[in-house]
Amino acid sequence: MPTVSMTVNGKKVSGEVEGRILLVQFLRENLRLTGTHVGCDTSQCGACVVHVNGDSMKSCTLLAVQAEGAEVTTIEGLADGDTLHPMQEAFRDNHGLQCGFCTPGMVMSAVDLVKKNPKASEHEIREWLEGNICRCTGYHNIVKSIQQAQQTM
Amino acid sequence: MYDFAYHKPSSVADAVAARSGAEDGTFVAGGMTLVPTLKQRLAQPSDLVDLGGIGELHGITVSGDTVTIGAMTTHGAVAKSAEVQSAIPALAALAGGIGDPQVRNRGTIGGSVANNDPAADYPAACMALGATIKTDKREVPADEFFTGLFETALDEGEMIVSVSFPKPEKAAYQKFINPASRYALVGVFVAKTGGGVKVAVTGAGQDGVFRVPEMESALSSNLSADAIADVAVDADTLNSDIHASAEYRSHLITVMAKRAVAALS
Ligand SMILES: Cc1cc2nc3c(=O)[nH]c(=O)nc-3n(C[C@H](O)[C@H](O)[C@H](O)COP(=O)(O)OP(=O)(O)OC[C@H]3O[C@@H](n4cnc5c(N)ncnc54)[C@H](O)[C@@H]3O)c2cc1C
Ligand code: FES
Ligand code: FES
Repeated sequence: MPTVSMTVNGKKVSGEVEGRILLVQFLRENLRLTGTHVGCDTSQCGACVVHVNGDSMKSCTLLAVQAEGAEVTTIEGLADGDTLHPMQEAFRDNHGLQCGFCTPGMVMSAVDLVKKNPKASEHEIREWLEGNICRCTGYHNIVKSIQQAQQTM
Repeated sequence: MYDFAYHKPSSVADAVAARSGAEDGTFVAGGMTLVPTLKQRLAQPSDLVDLGGIGELHGITVSGDTVTIGAMTTHGAVAKSAEVQSAIPALAALAGGIGDPQVRNRGTIGGSVANNDPAADYPAACMALGATIKTDKREVPADEFFTGLFETALDEGEMIVSVSFPKPEKAAYQKFINPASRYALVGVFVAKTGGGVKVAVTGAGQDGVFRVPEMESALSSNLSADAIADVAVDADTLNSDIHASAEYRSHLITVMAKRAVAALS
């Protein structure tokens, strides 16, 4: 079995995995980082979004072995101890979640957006969220949350 | 997903060798099409040869009037490239409209062209701009490369190394998206070069991407949206599915082509 090593939330980790193991399986099952969710099998919903070498990616559509040597950040890696990341805080302040299933992916995707395009317009925010599906909120409060985080991040 | 042996070579030669040495191998680029296919068990390759470790397949170069994009260059990198934005803005815009940001961060031009999904965007740009697809053994003009639904001129085990686009005088791409998948329900790429005007349509053809000679000749003598207002592609040659009927696609082709002509820059 291939061995895979990467840095997840700042910690070096490695494990033996079959080639077919997805990054999201490695995160959830080997590392027990279950904040990253799986919401579909068609690479469309974005519940699984994490950062790989600074870019947001769908961890359900990446083999663990393809992330060999990468720097991975998951939702668990955002907060600083008990202090939420400004994006998490913004989702809480603005009721940016209901059931919370899509939220880890939404937050990771949103953090990537604000890093790359800090002044994104409302339209650009909505376009950016194309790969993140939410069945509860109707998106308005997610957009509001991201707009707040644009000020606080 | 069925298991497979995984290889990550660091040169084109090693990748081609690994692929041809495998019983039933396949290349993986961004994996945005292949990984979902494997998850659904729609394919069972014995070996996966990952092209992600091959430096020479990455990057964009402009020399003279030709823009060459390495096979492993992501859609996101093409969309953001200042060189592509200035040489062929329509191509940068097309790349920026593929799927969603996370798909664009992984998906590659080589994978998209090799896959030749009948609703993919790049094949239309390749046909209208007169691109050349360079493989590990030869160069194939786009007109001869896309041969049918998910079919290309690639031989078994042949690898795309890069795609070269001659710089047009003007070009534009207009895509009517399927709101669920973001693939093209109909996409029309129009390019004007010294040699005339080319019009390529994706999303609609029964055999995948195709050119529209009637529109090309009308536009070559009069480059205006009015020139093609009455030119329609015969619905009998188009596909019908749950997303759109052939008649609707035929209608959309003319509408999108007119919009593309109006947007030429
Ligand atoms: C949610 C979603 C939305 C999408 N929306 C769009 C869209 O709007 N428009 C669009 O055009 N596409 C869309 N796509 C597809 C996306 O563009 C893919 O990135 C692309 O089709 C395949 O590229 P890849 O690099 O991911 O290839 P992979 O999935 O890795 O490979 C695809 C196929 O190409 C072969 N291959 C890969 N590279 C090479 C090479 N260099 N030489 C020879 N063979 C090779 C592989 O063996 C495989 O058979 C979407 C995908 C998803 C998941
Ligand atoms: S789980 Fe739905 S996109 Fe990854
Ligand atoms: S909060 Fe329930 S899916 Fe988004």
